[in-house]
Amino acid sequence: MSTGTSKPLASSGQKSLQDICHPLSAEESALSLHTSSTGEKDLSLPNGTPVDTSSPASSSSLLNRLQLDDDLDGETRDLFVTVDDPKKHVSTMETYITYRVCSKTTRTEFDLPEFSVRRRYQDFDWLRNKLEESQPTHLIPPLPEKFVMKGVVDRFSEEFVETRRKALDKFLKRVADHPVLSFNEHFNAFLSAKDLNKRLGLALLTKMGESVKYVTGGYKLRGRPIEFAAMADYLDVFTQKLGTIDRIAQRIIKEQSEYLVELREYGPVYSSWASFEEDLHDSLEGVAGCVSNCSSALEELTEDMSEDFLPVLREYVLYIESMKNVLKKRDQVQAEYVTKLEAVVFREDKKTPVPTDVERCQDRVECFNADLKADWDRWQNNKHQDFRQLLTGMADKNIQYYEKCLAAWESLIPLLQDKQEAKGETN
Amino acid sequence: MADSGSEDIAVIGNTDLTPSESENNIKNAKKPMIEKGTSLLKRMEISVAEAEKRTGKNTVNMQETYTVYLIETRPVDAALEGTNPVPDSLWRRYSEFELLRNYLLVTYPFVVVPPLPEKRAEFVWHKLSADNMDPDFVERRRVGLENFLLRVASHPVLSYDKILYSFLTEENGWKENVFETGFQAKADSRLKALNATFRVKNPDKRFADMKHYGDDLQSVISQLLRVRARAADRLYGVYKVHGNYGRVFSEWSAIEKEMGDGLQSAGHHMDAYAASVDDILEEEEHYADQLKEYLFYADSLRAVCKKHELTQYELEMTAQDLTSKKQQREELATGTVRTFSLKGMTSKLFGQETTEQREAKLKMLETQIEEGEELVKERNAECEEFVKSAWVDVEMFKEQKDRDLREALISYAIMQISMCKKGIQVWNNAKECFSKM
Repeated sequence: MSTGTSKPLASSGQKSLQDICHPLSAEESALSLHTSSTGEKDLSLPNGTPVDTSSPASSSSLLNRLQLDDDLDGETRDLFVTVDDPKKHVSTMETYITYRVCSKTTRTEFDLPEFSVRRRYQDFDWLRNKLEESQPTHLIPPLPEKFVMKGVVDRFSEEFVETRRKALDKFLKRVADHPVLSFNEHFNAFLSAKDLNKRLGLALLTKMGESVKYVTGGYKLRGRPIEFAAMADYLDVFTQKLGTIDRIAQRIIKEQSEYLVELREYGPVYSSWASFEEDLHDSLEGVAGCVSNCSSALEELTEDMSEDFLPVLREYVLYIESMKNVLKKRDQVQAEYVTKLEAVVFREDKKTPVPTDVERCQDRVECFNADLKADWDRWQNNKHQDFRQLLTGMADKNIQYYEKCLAAWESLIPLLQDKQEAKGETN
Repeated sequence: MADSGSEDIAVIGNTDLTPSESENNIKNAKKPMIEKGTSLLKRMEISVAEAEKRTGKNTVNMQETYTVYLIETRPVDAALEGTNPVPDSLWRRYSEFELLRNYLLVTYPFVVVPPLPEKRAEFVWHKLSADNMDPDFVERRRVGLENFLLRVASHPVLSYDKILYSFLTEENGWKENVFETGFQAKADSRLKALNATFRVKNPDKRFADMKHYGDDLQSVISQLLRVRARAADRLYGVYKVHGNYGRVFSEWSAIEKEMGDGLQSAGHHMDAYAASVDDILEEEEHYADQLKEYLFYADSLRAVCKKHELTQYELEMTAQDLTSKKQQREELATGTVRTFSLKGMTSKLFGQETTEQREAKLKMLETQIEEGEELVKERNAECEEFVKSAWVDVEMFKEQKDRDLREALISYAIMQISMCKKGIQVWNNAKECFSKM
């Protein structure tokens, strides 16, 4: 259990360049139940999602989740991806973290049923850019923030790395679950290629032609279908509300931290009082102990909220930004089509542009709309689940905090009351 | 003893407690906090039932607003008979309680006199009003005043006091009575003595220890109250900010289809959570009041210890004086000058005194020595008397303090438990709403 101070990640140390295993080389290892650093077994669902078994409620929810997975979209999952095992790499040029990306699949596109590679954040960023380029009509899940202010956040602290790992894991899972994105060749390369960089050049050449040319400058929004306008409105309000919730959560964490400061002073005062009392000594020490237990419980709650709650909120803000961009792209594609269509109408007398050009635009618009609608529904569904889980989790953490405090105070009562009765009896 | 207003109630409590009597007192004192032993409280029900605002002209003829408290008394027998008569009652203001207490302090210096509730609100946190007119403050003060009266009326010594009885039963004549006792003259010298610094050579160790204990207790309780006030402020903030969730969930639910209901209801629970902190902190204020009582009690304890030092000091001074007089006599009688003195010097310079002068001086010294010895005997007896009766009261105080503070800790723990249970309930309710989203 972290004590609130950042712990630096164990480094691979300064070794000679030959000795350092190339971080991007593929490791082939069987995917099985893996142990975490604390030595406890991390149970995982078939799709790789780690399961929190600490709370009694989780075993039943575990069951629920298993059943839900089987039914999702009527598809059977055939690709499971996990991100784990962060490692620090120290070289003469730079220091960075790599993560192990494990894949388990029955798809024939892959050579093996199970395999893993090591990737760093740069590689995830590359993947996302490639996906955006090659699948512009689809919503690409967000990555955790790229830049962190040095000096403000310790990029190598356990907490930061763990938060990032979780976000990267979620990113890959969302891609893997997407019926179109998961078959993207860049995704394939990311998961399995020994050396990503080689593929980089090739990919650029082959995909250039397909990229959508954007109409720069203002474009008319008229004719935007109501459903997409509604989406845009929804996203605007939703962003606002998420922002508010983020601010509230931060404020609560701040107040709780300040409350914790006072509590930490409270306990020792009772102890020092106990030191010059005779009969009251045990009772006062008991109270001091109780307050101390409550302090620890509060610290855990605050940490959990910082590490688990806030990052997910922020991730959704990024997700919404992506979605807004896709909507904008859609608007632009539609604008392009409309412009071309109008050109045809106005230039009937002159050399007419190839009707297929206009047709192609129309196809593009319709494809985009269809893809976007499908993705929107999927996104709404995921959002629903994610927030249900997030908020339930928040409630759970608070319940656990109060239960710990309750246990501490309840165990004190018999101690206090015995003393009171004992005093009465000896007289 | 069964008669009310009996004339043979001594104003100064019985200082000569036989061992069995003191044992009896201690036994009585060990039962639940307010003991109806052979004290006033056995014969009379006392309560401070109400508080009211009044306006009137004060001593410098200016308008002022003040609060008065209704003291109700009723003979115990009447209640037992079942007739349930209307209680006698009168109104008193805080300053009158202060007057009564000062009288008791002066008249019974060997008693650890119960304290009054605080004159001004101290150790406040932001939500708590520092205004003496604030209804919550007045209510807490009413409880404190009642507590004071119950403690005094059940004290084995104080409860027999005539002035106390007059305070409780005579609305108008009381002030004259108390001034007639002439306690105010003693009050001034008492105050001076308490603040004076002097060095005692042989204090009773128990009292010296008790004084240190009083200092420690005062210091630690002050610290505790300060931290508690800051913690209350913070806790208030934590709960209230959660109320903002209520509003934002409600706004959010407006744009959601399936999630809307769950969010909305969860929001209501967040509002309830935020609102619950007011009751929690009000209850905690009661705990703070219990601590404050003992904070002020520490002062009374220190006063008794200081009084012991004073009597001991006076005894030592008197004894010292006697010793020096005896020494002078010896010198005069034997003609030897043991210590350097001006007399010795002048007699050397100006010649010895005549025999007659010496005889006269000796005679004077003899009388002084006789008086001195009497005085020492008196002071000694006073000192012993004081130590005996004061220690009885201090022991009783210790027992009471341990009991009361443990009770306070128990009720504090119970309060915390209740707060945790409420928290669990609210969050469980919210969780249900979330899981149904």
